[in-house]
Amino acid sequence: MSDLLISNARPYGGDAVDLLVRDGVVTEIGRGLDAPDGVEVLDAGGHVLLPGFVDLHTHLREPGGEESEDVATGSAAAALGGYTAVFAMPNTDPVADTAVVVEHVRRRGEEVGLVDVHPVGAVTVGLEGVKMAELGTMARSRAQVRMFSDDGRCVHDPLVMRRALEYASALEVVIAQHAEDHRLTAGAQAHEGVVASRLGLAGWPATAEETIVARDCALAREAGAALHVCHVSSARTIDVLRAAKAAGVRVSAEVTPHHLLLTDAALTSYDPVHKVNPPLRTGADTRAMREALAEGVIDVVATDHAPHAAQYKDTEWAAARPGMLGLQTALSVVVHTMLEPGLLDWRGVARVLSERPAEIAGLPDQGRPIAEGEPANFALVDPDGAWTVRGAKLASRAANTPYEGMRLPATVVATVLRGRITTTQGEVRS
Amino acid sequence: MKHLLSVSDLDAAAATGVLDTADRLKQALLGREVRKLPTLRGRTVITMFYEDSTRTRVSFEIAGKWMSADTVNVSAKGSSVSKGESLRDTSLTLSAMGADCVIVRHPASGAAHRLAGWVDRDHATTGTHTSVVNAGDGTHEHPTQALLDAATLRDRLGGIAGRRIGIVGDVLHSRVARSNVLLLATLGADVVLVAPPTLLPTGVEEWPCRVAAELDAELPALDAVMMLRVQAERMHGSFFPSAREYAIGYGLSADRAALLPDHAVVLHPGPMVRGMEIAPSVADSPSAAILAQVSNGVHVRMAVLYHLLAGAPE
Repeated sequence: MSDLLISNARPYGGDAVDLLVRDGVVTEIGRGLDAPDGVEVLDAGGHVLLPGFVDLHTHLREPGGEESEDVATGSAAAALGGYTAVFAMPNTDPVADTAVVVEHVRRRGEEVGLVDVHPVGAVTVGLEGVKMAELGTMARSRAQVRMFSDDGRCVHDPLVMRRALEYASALEVVIAQHAEDHRLTAGAQAHEGVVASRLGLAGWPATAEETIVARDCALAREAGAALHVCHVSSARTIDVLRAAKAAGVRVSAEVTPHHLLLTDAALTSYDPVHKVNPPLRTGADTRAMREALAEGVIDVVATDHAPHAAQYKDTEWAAARPGMLGLQTALSVVVHTMLEPGLLDWRGVARVLSERPAEIAGLPDQGRPIAEGEPANFALVDPDGAWTVRGAKLASRAANTPYEGMRLPATVVATVLRGRITTTQGEVRS
Repeated sequence: MKHLLSVSDLDAAAATGVLDTADRLKQALLGREVRKLPTLRGRTVITMFYEDSTRTRVSFEIAGKWMSADTVNVSAKGSSVSKGESLRDTSLTLSAMGADCVIVRHPASGAAHRLAGWVDRDHATTGTHTSVVNAGDGTHEHPTQALLDAATLRDRLGGIAGRRIGIVGDVLHSRVARSNVLLLATLGADVVLVAPPTLLPTGVEEWPCRVAAELDAELPALDAVMMLRVQAERMHGSFFPSAREYAIGYGLSADRAALLPDHAVVLHPGPMVRGMEIAPSVADSPSAAILAQVSNGVHVRMAVLYHLLAGAPE
């Protein structure tokens, strides 16, 4: 636990204040605070102070995919992106479907210590969609798993999904669904539409997402269980979510930064850096995502940070693995697509990147208000710090960013985890 | 022209230029006892086929040989590809061996685009400026097929602008259809697609053509009809109930062919499934230009190699 004085920071973009942190907790907020002896001072330079971000959807690739990312490089990317907690998806090798694997991931996160790494457990053994994994054992393990998902694959069998939701409701954990009816997406390579038809890429129809979300909302309603919908990509899915929420279903939803900003128009180069699942869709879809996020029908932004080493991406389109980096660009994309057009203010940014994700996952010590007595988890943001994205300079082991060469607004200038500075000025502090 | 990856690389003038060169090469070879032109002597042309093909690969090989190029054929079977080598490494290897042209067929849409990007990016390292020709990539394009179809239509109809051309069958999975719609539209033809809705791509309404449901209603006004191949695996994908019902709705039977005007031309990119998409008597009738398509294919591919490797003639 650490002591720290943060001077001249603007919480949520408001008036400048100083914050004194003792043992990782904010003890005093005011003007002209003095640093007690031996307490480090972080000069916030009048930048915007937000609660540390929480990512419900990260692929850290460890164990088994260390050529693309590991807990250390992924944690560094997260901290540099302003994150203080990430949820590591279970599609590793071996799959995180037992207490042994989730405890290993949790421990690796603690050893690295840059960000709270919360393992997501698999819903079914081996992500096979057939036999329920030991959700209770994982939930009660040292890893304290609070979210389960077969992400990358859909829990397709309606009976398996029903049982998982029912079982999860007693554990007070959330089932996060990768909503994709694989019977409708056999061989799919791109959003089913004008661009894919011209490029000769087999289509991933929006209905494959919409129908699974509708089904799962019905199942969650019946089970009284908490359902989280991963990476919503289609405008039609939003209509389903809106209706389900109005009916009182315990459903939450995330959108990725790339589905807020990018469209399938980028596919004409056939460069698989733009290949992702669900696929980049149309401009009408990105507009609908932004509006739904502002309205709250979509609760949070989650990165779906998916590093892939060059050999998995520098191939023909069909052979490439789907996924793109996201942790270090998420805030900038949210500022560009939501804050700049006035769809969200800084309070809203804090809500979608920190508060709601912590709430959905049931984290008591993250996504908290910036107030006395609260844990000192912060992202300090320079709203005027535009920067040019270079994949090779990002902290991830892989470089598969779709924003290569793009100029994006806002820079994370420091991240604080329980009063300890994890990054400043784009450098990790070990 | 550096590569031929898509017919969208060609505007009307460039496409007409290739067709004119093909005509001249055809005339140049007509009177010759030895069918060989010295144009590409010393140039190396490699065909790299990741899918089975007889007519396209042989056609390119003959085109290269008649132009005196050194031609080498690589197939995915029995090469490093079967040992798991990436497409990028294979293409750079061939480029480093001095391939002036790589002709690629690949089951992935966009493979030729990727290949061209790789050999361009690394040409300083490989030491060779390699041109890439797309000989069919997935369900995307097959530009030389569209050029040879255009050459055949020009021969038979005296021109393409203003002619009405029907394309019938599995448009969804057909690279031949994509290339033909684009090229024929560029050359001023009026293109009509006829197919069951399950075999039309989402977004086809944005293509430069019209879509019709009823083949019989279109036939009397067509100057040419192009029958697409129906691949065997489509029969089991619930795209249509049965081969019989497909043939009844979309096959070019003798009765149906009689609805065409006398001057109309029947095309098929081959290989044909006789009795399903086309009746044997129609395929063998004088209105069919199917074998002319094959022989024009050699001249068109000679012209493409000529334009890529020797520069467009003045």
